[in-house]
Amino acid sequence: MQITLNGQKKVVPDGLTVEGLLRHLNIEPARVAVELNLEVVKKAEYGLRAVNDGDVIEVVSFMGGGCHQKRIEWKE
Amino acid sequence: MNDDRLVISGIEFRSRLWVGTGKYKDFEETKRAIEASGTDVVTVAVRRVNIIDKGKENLLDYIDPKKYKILPNTAGCYTARDAVRTAMLAAEAGITKLVKLEVIGDEKTLFPDNEALLEAAKTLVKEGLIVLPYTSDDPIMAKKLVDIGCPAVMPLAAPIGSGLGIRNPYNLRIILETVNVPIIVDAGVGTASDVAIAMEMGCDAVLLNTAIAGAKDPIKMAEAMKYGVLAGRLAYKAGRIPKKLYATASSPLDGLIGS
Repeated sequence: MQITLNGQKKVVPDGLTVEGLLRHLNIEPARVAVELNLEVVKKAEYGLRAVNDGDVIEVVSFMGGGCHQKRIEWKE
Repeated sequence: MNDDRLVISGIEFRSRLWVGTGKYKDFEETKRAIEASGTDVVTVAVRRVNIIDKGKENLLDYIDPKKYKILPNTAGCYTARDAVRTAMLAAEAGITKLVKLEVIGDEKTLFPDNEALLEAAKTLVKEGLIVLPYTSDDPIMAKKLVDIGCPAVMPLAAPIGSGLGIRNPYNLRIILETVNVPIIVDAGVGTASDVAIAMEMGCDAVLLNTAIAGAKDPIKMAEAMKYGVLAGRLAYKAGRIPKKLYATASSPLDGLIGS
C-alpha cells in the first residue's frame, strides 16, 4: 500500500498497525509521536490502530530548539 | 534559596533559568552548556523524524529526561492550527502535559500573533495541556491568556535572538501587577545583566537560548546566566533601596573633626 509519510509518498507492506509501521521503519516507538490523518494516536493504541492505503502519517520527535527554529512547512 | 521554588500547575521547578537547546555546535556543547547553566528545564522543538537517515544521534541521548524537564515548544508554527497540531503531538511524545505555545506572526520580527495564540491556547487548555504562552509584553493579552486557563505567561523582552535585553520594563511591571501567575521572560535577552534586571523586577524565571548558544564561549555564558538569575532573584527578595536624585550620607556626621 502507499501512504504519505512526513510529506512524502511511500510504499509499505499491507496490513501494518502503527507500531508495525514504526518497526518496519526502524523507529523506536517510545521516542516519537504519530499523527494519523490529522489525529494524534495515543501511544497505547500503536499496536491496535491499522494503517490503510492512502493514509497521511506524521512521525515527529524532539529536536534541539529554543525560542525559534526555521519555519516548518506542514504538507497535507 | 533552596526553598524558593517556582511551581506551575503543581510542577516544581528547581531553576529559574530555563534554556533552549537550539543553535549549538553539537550535542556535546548543548549538554555542557545546559549543565553549566544549572537549569532543570530545557525547551525542545518538535520536528519530523528523518525517515531516510535514522542513524543520527538523538538529543535525548545527551539530555536525560529524568534529570531535566523537557518543555516542547511549537516554534516555527505560523497558524493556530499548526501550533495545536504540534502541541498535541508534543504532549503525546513527551512525559508531561507542559507545552510552550508559540504562534509566530511575522518572519522578520518573530513577534507572536497574539490573536492566533489565544485561539490555540483555548483549544489546548480544553485538551488538558499545561499551556505556557509566548506573548508580546502586552498586559491585556497576558490577562486574557490567564483568564482562559494558562498557568503562567511568557512575555518577550525583545525580539527572539536579538539580544536587546528588557526593552519595556514598564510593560513588564504592569504585567506583573495585572496577573497573579508566574511571569517567565522569554526571548531577547543578551547577557547576564539583562537576566538579572528581569529577575530584580520580580519576574519568576527567564527562558533564553541564543544568548548562550551564540556567545563566543557558550559554557561560560551559561554559567554567567546562572549567576545573573540568582543575583537578580536575591536582589528582588532583598528589596532594593528607592532611587533618589540626591545623595544620602552613609557615614555618620557626628564626631567630624573641626565641628
